[in-house]
Amino acid sequence: MMENNAEYVTIYVMGKKHEVPGDLTIMKAMEYAGHQFTRGAGCRGGFCGACATIYRKKGSYKLEGALACQKIVEDGMYIAQIPFSPAEKTTYDLDELRPDANTMLEYYPELSRCLACNTCTKACPQDIMVMDYVQASLRGDIEQAAKLSFDCISCGLCAVRCPAEIVPYNVGQLARRLYAKYIDGPSQHVLDRVEEVEEGKYDEGITRMMKASKEELSELYNNREIDLK
Amino acid sequence: MTRLAYYPGCTLKTKAKNFEDSTLATAEKLGIELVEPERWNCCGTVHSLSTDDVMHHLAPVRNLLRMEELRDAGEVDSRQVVTLCAMCYNTLKRSNTVFNTDSDRRKKIRDNMYKEEKEYSGNVEVVHYLETLREMGWDKVKEAVVKPLTGLKVAPYYGCLLLRPRGTGIDDTDNPTIMEDLLEALGAEAVGFAYSQKCCGSYNTVHMKDVVADLAYKILNNAEEEGAEMLITACPLCEYNLGPIQSEVEKKHPVFDSIPVVYFTQLMALAFGLGEEATAFTGNTPDPRPLLRDKGLLEE
Repeated sequence: MMENNAEYVTIYVMGKKHEVPGDLTIMKAMEYAGHQFTRGAGCRGGFCGACATIYRKKGSYKLEGALACQKIVEDGMYIAQIPFSPAEKTTYDLDELRPDANTMLEYYPELSRCLACNTCTKACPQDIMVMDYVQASLRGDIEQAAKLSFDCISCGLCAVRCPAEIVPYNVGQLARRLYAKYIDGPSQHVLDRVEEVEEGKYDEGITRMMKASKEELSELYNNREIDLK
Repeated sequence: MTRLAYYPGCTLKTKAKNFEDSTLATAEKLGIELVEPERWNCCGTVHSLSTDDVMHHLAPVRNLLRMEELRDAGEVDSRQVVTLCAMCYNTLKRSNTVFNTDSDRRKKIRDNMYKEEKEYSGNVEVVHYLETLREMGWDKVKEAVVKPLTGLKVAPYYGCLLLRPRGTGIDDTDNPTIMEDLLEALGAEAVGFAYSQKCCGSYNTVHMKDVVADLAYKILNNAEEEGAEMLITACPLCEYNLGPIQSEVEKKHPVFDSIPVVYFTQLMALAFGLGEEATAFTGNTPDPRPLLRDKGLLEE
């Protein structure tokens, strides 16, 4: 094990006490304590939303949420993982929908139960204004709903906290799909790329990568072109 | 231009666009800029009468906070927020009263709005657009009229939420005159009728359409008997329960003659000569335009 000079803190994983270095994320601290993740871990970079976690700190009544791979442990944290949040995900044919309030309500009628209590926003580890996009959906402002929910990673913390039992992240996803299809319209660069793919422009490169050794792949990955536009 | 905070409400962005379009155009004509905040949520829809129910006050109080933020940012000139939908008006106003008069519930509301950017101080006044017009003066409204609605017989339908409960209502609960005063300023003839404050049936329209159709029949028939050619309202739900419901009314009551129901702001836009986009009559069922053409108030 690597040397660690950080101060040790006490955390409780599902009630069991552990002493862990205080500079670890919740995920690494749990692994330090001997847990192995088979669910509830993914990209480890704060992007995939797999590691939703709830916790309470000693002496506080507030139930808080975080991504285990992002949040640094604090002394006296009581931690539980929520690797999966059960949610009704409706199926729809985007070609047959209209970008309006009726569509949102047809697929997610529980939207109308929103009390604007803002609990979802407070639960969001991405600092998204969740309640505001739920409300925008309710009044058919698809553009605002899509834009406000853009950074959502579907970790599910909003859905498990909502007293109206709304699943905001599925609502946001429907809004973004409607926005992309009917309001923003298709992006030319995506259409161009699809055409290139169909013409076989990348076939050779893909074949080369599939045959490459681990070392060659590492080399390619580490020297890749990063487009931050 | 006087800049006033404006709370639209969900229905004005969906089913009642004609109410919003006509209002914004008439306000501009009268020198009022209605400023909609970037963030707002559902008004809460129905005022909760239960004293231990704090949750249902969060939505209205949060909206009032948004209005206060507009004022703090210097984007409006007054502590008033103008509403249009009678339901939104009623819900926001009553929650504001609870917040400002019941310290126990105020504390609970604030406790449930923890960890937010700002706290609502209570210093917003909820008004209805009709009150804004009355405050401005009917003479001012009259001055903006370029095409008086001469000869048009209009029954003002108040419904419940504009007038009740006492203290919340915008006018005398039993003998309101505010819509009559408006009609007079526009040059129309106000037609009084006994059922002008009878409930339209409200949300029963969702699951008991025939009950609402019976209510609509009584209300509309009563207005017609008094000589009305048209009704005005200030509530999208009343508009729905008296306008589009008429196809149901006709099925149950074959003798019934349909009668247009429009928002008061649409008649203002017509009298102000603001054009088709402002009057937005295409959004009304039954279509009021044939009647208005007959009366010489609308071009062919």
